[in-house]
Amino acid sequence: MHSNSLDLYCAGASFWHRLDSRVKLIITLAYVLSVSLMPVGAWPAYVLLAGFVFSVAVASELGLWMLVRRALLALPFALAALPLLVTTPGPVILNISVGKWLLPLTYAGLERFLSVAFKSWLSVQMAVLLTATTCLPDLLVALRALHLPGLLVTSVGLMWRYLFVLVDEAMRMLRARESRSAAGKGRSGGSVVWRARVTGNMAGSVFLRGYERSERIYSAMLARGYDGTIRSLPVEPVPAAQRWVAALAIGVLLVLLVLGQWM
Amino acid sequence: MSHYTELLDGPYAHAARAIGDPECSLLPGGTPMHVPDGFLSTWVALLMWVVAIVAVAYALRRVSRELDERRVPLFGVLAAAIFAGQMLNFSVTGGTSGHLLGAAIACILVGPWAAVLAITCVVGTQALLFQDGGLLALGANIVNMALIGVSVSHAVYTSLRRLAGDKRWGTLVASFAAGWASIVVASLACALELAVSGTSPANVAVPAMGGIHMLIGIGEGLITVGAVALLYAARPDLMGADKSKAVENKGILVGGLVLAIVLAVLSPLASSHPDGLEWVAEQRGFLDFARESPYRLIPDYAFPGVSNEAIATIAAGIVGLLIVFGIAMAVAASRRRRGSAQSL
Amino acid sequence: MAQSACAAVDIRGLDFAYPDGQVALRQVNLCVAPGERIGIVGPNGAGKSTLLLHLNGILQGQGLIAVDGLQVTRAKVGVVRAKVGMVFQNPDDQLFSPTVFDDVAYGPIYMGLAGVEVRQRVAQALRQIAMEKYANRVSHHLSLGEKKRVAIATVLAMTPTVLSLDEPSAGLDPRGRRLLIHLLEALPQTMLISTHDLQLVKELCPRTLLLDEGRVVADGPTVKLLADEALLLAHGLA
Repeated sequence: MHSNSLDLYCAGASFWHRLDSRVKLIITLAYVLSVSLMPVGAWPAYVLLAGFVFSVAVASELGLWMLVRRALLALPFALAALPLLVTTPGPVILNISVGKWLLPLTYAGLERFLSVAFKSWLSVQMAVLLTATTCLPDLLVALRALHLPGLLVTSVGLMWRYLFVLVDEAMRMLRARESRSAAGKGRSGGSVVWRARVTGNMAGSVFLRGYERSERIYSAMLARGYDGTIRSLPVEPVPAAQRWVAALAIGVLLVLLVLGQWM
Repeated sequence: MSHYTELLDGPYAHAARAIGDPECSLLPGGTPMHVPDGFLSTWVALLMWVVAIVAVAYALRRVSRELDERRVPLFGVLAAAIFAGQMLNFSVTGGTSGHLLGAAIACILVGPWAAVLAITCVVGTQALLFQDGGLLALGANIVNMALIGVSVSHAVYTSLRRLAGDKRWGTLVASFAAGWASIVVASLACALELAVSGTSPANVAVPAMGGIHMLIGIGEGLITVGAVALLYAARPDLMGADKSKAVENKGILVGGLVLAIVLAVLSPLASSHPDGLEWVAEQRGFLDFARESPYRLIPDYAFPGVSNEAIATIAAGIVGLLIVFGIAMAVAASRRRRGSAQSL
Repeated sequence: MAQSACAAVDIRGLDFAYPDGQVALRQVNLCVAPGERIGIVGPNGAGKSTLLLHLNGILQGQGLIAVDGLQVTRAKVGVVRAKVGMVFQNPDDQLFSPTVFDDVAYGPIYMGLAGVEVRQRVAQALRQIAMEKYANRVSHHLSLGEKKRVAIATVLAMTPTVLSLDEPSAGLDPRGRRLLIHLLEALPQTMLISTHDLQLVKELCPRTLLLDEGRVVADGPTVKLLADEALLLAHGLA
């Protein structure tokens, strides 16, 4: 079984899986917000935050290694923060010479950079825990509870439904193009501009087919009595026990926030 | 049973596998503009969320009113097409390949407000399901790609096309420019957000992001031209100059132009501090620099590489930007009220 | 089997499993002589399309595949694609350019041929499908039958020695089907046709390969194979 597959684990039976999607969403958002509000260099608090996310990971039975790896894939953006290492004022660790410049690597810079990277890594892991354990339809219910407009929720639902269909079309197109991309006797491949234009043609084709398909879908919906009102089954309120779980989690995060300010 | 595991056995197995594999090179994501969590300061992220919510809510109302409200969810299907389109790549040199964001094509095909909705769905899904972009930073990503990307491309496309007199070559040139500009201006906004958050000094972030995206933008522009060429051939009725639409969308047109100009001007200003790195080395005594307080709105110490004056300018610029956009939207709203008797 | 008997396509012991572990092909052996036409039949999910995708290197499994004497490996994939022309099931996936000319010209342009030769190849390919006047037509506006023939032309322009077709007659009306069969009959290339259309197999292919669950169940003269009711029933074809 492909271990990184999307949604593959969303039908699990662990404690975290079985929590209401609204509870999971609120805890995730609270966590991400807390991480964001935590000051630079509050390392003891960071460790506790890491503990928080790892306990949730254990509760979800997803496998720590899969989680950590998946979160790391989202971190190349850390390059953007690299300049912090040498542009933050403070006591200098060592000077790196690049060309005619002398770049001072400072303790403060190192602390800032590592803080950014670590905080980002923690946030991504929490987000992975949310999305890997919550099937999209349930996630949409949670978003609806957060008062996301019904039209938008339905749009996302329709997008999800047809995502695989259209992606499959795009992949088949790529495959067909690949099959006709042969090596000739001379230099093959055409020019970059030509290749970009062909890719554009393909994109236009995908868009057009999607657009025309949406017209057919609309007709099908009308034929089944769609009149514009988004109707769905009423959602049960969150069980009391789970509300306590959410409250507890938020409480823990608040305590960590206060501690973080202090340290 | 999970929807996905059913898919693994079905006719869409290949697509399901590709989407589910974060290491699969076909995974969409377009350009390196999806900001993860932890890179924007809390207040920047929250402010961007406010802007995103207001803009998307307005887009929903606009689209519901312009079309039959029943049709609105169908932009989800267009969002799926954009997602799929982002998987199409072409090899540039060696191992690198060019990808697509799609704001410009979406805007050209269905108009700016619908495109805002579609790209919002795409960006939101990328963040929620693939962690391509953070949750707290999602507001900013939506503002950059859905709002700025679309409005700038609309502004550039419509203005250039009108200048060229709606001829075919004019449309193609306008498409290229729209695609290019959408990427570049969005990246400048992204760089400024990073700078204001103190994550990346402006005089590094702006040239770096701007520079990279000026190159990536060429790919986007070319792909946009290719797509428009196909759309022009296959469905010229969709590409026709729609006079009534133009009047109604004046707000976003003006907004887009203003955004483009403001960001293009602000960014060099922000990064123009001479010899930023050497200046930092002079050590102006920021020993209490280490702690960052989340409760002060704008920190009163200087960010590395940018002086206090520049920060004030940028902040003022952003606030001014929002005011102008708000005015533009209000103008458009009042125009539509006045014109609603004659339109459609 | 003598070497020359398998000159067109030589597959030995082909195994293939998808990344998630699902096995699609089991120990497939196939020997095709130049000019032969083989119908590949079997129930859905038997691995027919998967097999075809191995011929031009889109998928890579374990075992040996050689086309026209050339081993199909990752390194040689570019050359192989000029030899094997694959026509996919849905022509919309293959026609991604604004005009018919652009689509048919893609292959030759990519191969690096000069403008003059590209135009010659396109004209030749359109002649072979009897659609010379369609060069400037918009692919999107063609009927299904026309699209299918143009899809074949996009591949013919690369002058392949082997043609592999996936469900060529699916969705065609009787006239479209007739035109397609005439077209394929006139082409000299070695052909592998994966299809549910048993009538087409009877008319075009002297030899049939029956696949089920990734295994070659039967490989022999069409007349004999398709007359065996019990066999067809056992493998979802009747």
